[in-house]
Amino acid sequence: MPPRKSNIFVAYVVLNLVVFSLVFVHAHRENESARPALREKAILVERLQLTDLCLFTDARYARNPSMADLHSPFQDSPMSMEHFPSGTILFPPGHLRTP
Amino acid sequence: MSLFQRHRNILDFALSSLVRRWKKNLALLLVYTFLVFVLASVVFFTGAIKREARIVLSGAPEVVVQKLLAGRHDLIPAGYAEALKKIVGVSAVKGRLWGYYYEPATGANYTLVAGGGSQQRRGTIAIGQGVARTLQAARGDLIPLRGTDGTYVSFEVDDIFSAASELVSSDLIRISDQDLRSLFGIPDGYYTDLTLKVRNPREVFVVADKIRRVLPDTRPVLRDEILRTYDAIFDWRSGLLLVIFTGAGAAFIIFAWDKATSLSLEERHEIGILKAVGWETSEVIAMKSYEGIIISLVSFFTGTLLAYAHVFFSPALLFEPVLKGWSVLYPHFQLVPHLTVYHVGALFFLTVVPYTVATVIPSWSAATIDPDAIMRL
Repeated sequence: MPPRKSNIFVAYVVLNLVVFSLVFVHAHRENESARPALREKAILVERLQLTDLCLFTDARYARNPSMADLHSPFQDSPMSMEHFPSGTILFPPGHLRTP
Repeated sequence: MSLFQRHRNILDFALSSLVRRWKKNLALLLVYTFLVFVLASVVFFTGAIKREARIVLSGAPEVVVQKLLAGRHDLIPAGYAEALKKIVGVSAVKGRLWGYYYEPATGANYTLVAGGGSQQRRGTIAIGQGVARTLQAARGDLIPLRGTDGTYVSFEVDDIFSAASELVSSDLIRISDQDLRSLFGIPDGYYTDLTLKVRNPREVFVVADKIRRVLPDTRPVLRDEILRTYDAIFDWRSGLLLVIFTGAGAAFIIFAWDKATSLSLEERHEIGILKAVGWETSEVIAMKSYEGIIISLVSFFTGTLLAYAHVFFSPALLFEPVLKGWSVLYPHFQLVPHLTVYHVGALFFLTVVPYTVATVIPSWSAATIDPDAIMRL
């Protein structure tokens, strides 16, 4: 006699819940093992007094958004209003948006 | 028949009903799973990068003071440091020397920073992994850098920053103070900006206010603002993420709306027959709810798990082209998984609940009509 469909579905849900628990365990273990690397980055930031992450290197205001001023997007050339797509993701820092 | 047994039978019927219309439901499942996958990928990616930025930048200077000239960032005289030291609450003031360097041969932009705490010998540099990749440079190689007077000066690579630190050091070139000054033509007695240490962190805002009054041509940038910058960049409301959310959200709303306002003729007939053979309205609604729950749960589980693998096991293929932008040099980094019950809960309530509710409403309206009227449609 084939198993009931409801049993198969319940087993599927339980299996997924187990996988989800394993994902949480994986995230926790990865966090623990990444601590030395995170510490190394934080030390480098402190030693070199860095202010930003190196995510985009195509424009100055994208490389160091926290150090950018209001005229930043126009510094590279008069036509350079935006560096796409970095400029689309980057939101102006809060201190530039508040008067 | 016990309540448990009754619902088990209804669940069996719902599963059989879904299997009967497997083509339509498979298409639905694929679209739904893709939506959950995109949303979950964005949530996991932004959560992980914001957390990493918070941890890594916790060592950033408490206050950076920039001099402004005609609205632009200008070199700051060392004399300003003396004025800043006199402000009550300031425990130390340091000058920072840094700048951008465009390498015409590769088209890459580098960030040059002066030695910092560790002394960089004159004539030598330490480079980030991204710089090493674009220049194909190794330890001991000579790298020529063009000075402001147009002459090239060669520097020996004496260190390469670790791959683990690439998120902050990929485009960095660490150089000695004197070499940076002569390369960029920065005169002695000037710095790019100044950094401050404040004795009591709670006084930072007061100190910043005093800086603005003592040196009105400067702009203090607080560490808190730096951290908030990264929260804003990767906030749910910002830029491209907003576009992704709007697109996915709009698609989902149309999808759910379509489902909510229309039941197919076949589905209406099915409800009519069920009512005619003795099913109660509550049982029909339960059956339709189970259908919605089954579709949403399968999509939620599959989409979320695929998103986790996409962001934390692969190089986030969906976001990589966006992060690369137009730049020549881009960092290679693998984010540390960051998963909270809040993230998973938010995804669950954003995806599973609206769809399930949307499927129940038309079923309820169909289930309350006379079965004879439904079957005659």
